[in-house]
Amino acid sequence: MRSVPSTTSGAPGHDLAVRTRGLTKRFRSGQVAVDGVDLEVPRGAVYGFLGPNGSGKTTTLRMVLGLVAPTSGTATLLGEPMPGAGPRVLPRVGALVEGPGFHPYLSGRANLERLDAVDATADPRTRERRTAAALDRVGLAPAARKPFRQYSLGMKQRLGLAAALLRPRDLLVLDEPTNGLDPQGTREVRHLLRELADAGTTVLVSSHLLGEVEQVCSHVGVMSRGRLLVQGPPHELAADAETTVVVTTTVACVDGAGRLLADLGLTDVRVEGTVLTARLGLVAPEKISAAMVGAGLDLVGLEVRRPSLESLFVELTGEGFDVAR
Amino acid sequence: MSRADVAPVEAPAGPPTRAHGAFGRLLASELRLVLGRRRNLVLLAGLALVPVLIGTVVLVTQDTAVGAGGPPFLDRVTGNGLFLVLTALVACLPLLLPLVMGIVAGDAVAGEAQAGTLRYLLLVPVPRTRLLVAKALAVLVFAACTVLAIALSGLVTGAAYFGVGDVTLLSGDTVPMAEGLLRTAGIVAYVGLSLTGLGAVGLFFSTLTEVPVAAMAATVVVAVVSGVLDALPQLSAVHGALLTHHWLDVGELLRTQVDLGVLGQGLAVQAAWAAVFGALAWSRFTTADVSS
Repeated sequence: MRSVPSTTSGAPGHDLAVRTRGLTKRFRSGQVAVDGVDLEVPRGAVYGFLGPNGSGKTTTLRMVLGLVAPTSGTATLLGEPMPGAGPRVLPRVGALVEGPGFHPYLSGRANLERLDAVDATADPRTRERRTAAALDRVGLAPAARKPFRQYSLGMKQRLGLAAALLRPRDLLVLDEPTNGLDPQGTREVRHLLRELADAGTTVLVSSHLLGEVEQVCSHVGVMSRGRLLVQGPPHELAADAETTVVVTTTVACVDGAGRLLADLGLTDVRVEGTVLTARLGLVAPEKISAAMVGAGLDLVGLEVRRPSLESLFVELTGEGFDVAR
Repeated sequence: MSRADVAPVEAPAGPPTRAHGAFGRLLASELRLVLGRRRNLVLLAGLALVPVLIGTVVLVTQDTAVGAGGPPFLDRVTGNGLFLVLTALVACLPLLLPLVMGIVAGDAVAGEAQAGTLRYLLLVPVPRTRLLVAKALAVLVFAACTVLAIALSGLVTGAAYFGVGDVTLLSGDTVPMAEGLLRTAGIVAYVGLSLTGLGAVGLFFSTLTEVPVAAMAATVVVAVVSGVLDALPQLSAVHGALLTHHWLDVGELLRTQVDLGVLGQGLAVQAAWAAVFGALAWSRFTTADVSS
């Protein structure tokens, strides 16, 4: 396992919207679904919670939200311990967990109104307005009166998002929010997330599809087989030792260039014809070009290859992204 | 972490405060859900048809060769329509009322779990104990509705077909119609309260599974098995504690001197079943992982 970059070093716990310590869930079958997870979601972040299907993301979120009791470990939500603080904290949290769940024979609007009616802290006088606004926000206003069972998969998912947005929230926990959405809907959700984040809402969004969250996330965490392998801002993760540099030179200068790269501190230097590749490590790429020119070596091309998050994940999880356990 | 690349944190909204009448709104929402559901309304309508069916059969066959016999009190219906209420309730007790209770109570929690709505109720958040209490009250209200549907339909049908008048008791004494109505109301109340134990059993099964049909069937099985055990004389020692044993004690209300002790015993057994299975449902529901 790779060491987890300490992105919140020194940050006190109350700066974290979600924080878990050694969170573990062992099911009665003996299967360990979540194994010692230390999740840290800073306030104001958009945290992409990534991992293949079956890697333990949803169970982790269920424990954070108090739906499932951890076998061991602790979870705090907005600075308060769960599940005890649920009545105080959960009204400030909007959640979509493992798909939308609504009464099939009630309309979308009636479903939202029920959720609002059972909320002890919601004001019944503003219910109608807030319900309409939430439906409008996810583009469901025209279908508000249709029974839920007549909704398409994408519309159901939108209604789930609308329920999470019934009230202003400090934190949104969205488990696979783009499931069943077409590309247009996925773009809309991304847009919505960015809008909410800009307004100061912390967003914890899980996905098994990297591409759909990569663009909006300020932080990512990667789960595999119940463990949190790595977490932090994407650029820090990508800046890890795996960045490579590709230097193209001429036949006469290949040997000199190889020695120069090694002298600069690059490792794993390989030569193939006139192309040299090496691990960049902590060396600044511009140093290479300056050193090459300074040593009178021909520099035909210089390319820095940062690993995409995708390749990082495949490397970390050791499997394709959609592979179930 | 660098704070520059994330949006500024919104000022905390402050601790949310509970609005007044929150439990009332929760209960009202539960009742709307149970009483507004088409399936449940169909069940009520079906039960209301039972007295109409019985009344019509009695009306058509009276004074014919096949008109005599039948379940208790049936022969009295032609003389006084009020007896149709009792006849219909007694006819529904062995199977139809347990079935309806099983459907509604068994569905209460398991139905929400299956639809995925349970986790969202808990995330609102609705505290688990409060949710269970609201569910239990809604089941009780529906039980009252089922008994009232039969009673009102029986009263209307009986009055229309046979008229109502002074009531002849089991002993042959006659009491005025007003007292007869009062005794009928007592019968309805006793039958309604006799369903509370089964409602608690159904609610408990409902917390065990995400498959509502399983909870419904299990609840009906409990009522049927209770009836079977009640018919075995070898088990007479435990008969008094059986869920269904005292159900037909409702006839006590037609005696000249109503022995409240007999009725109280039946209600006490129901209270005991409701307490035991209510507590089981509570301990299960407040600790269970909601992973549906």
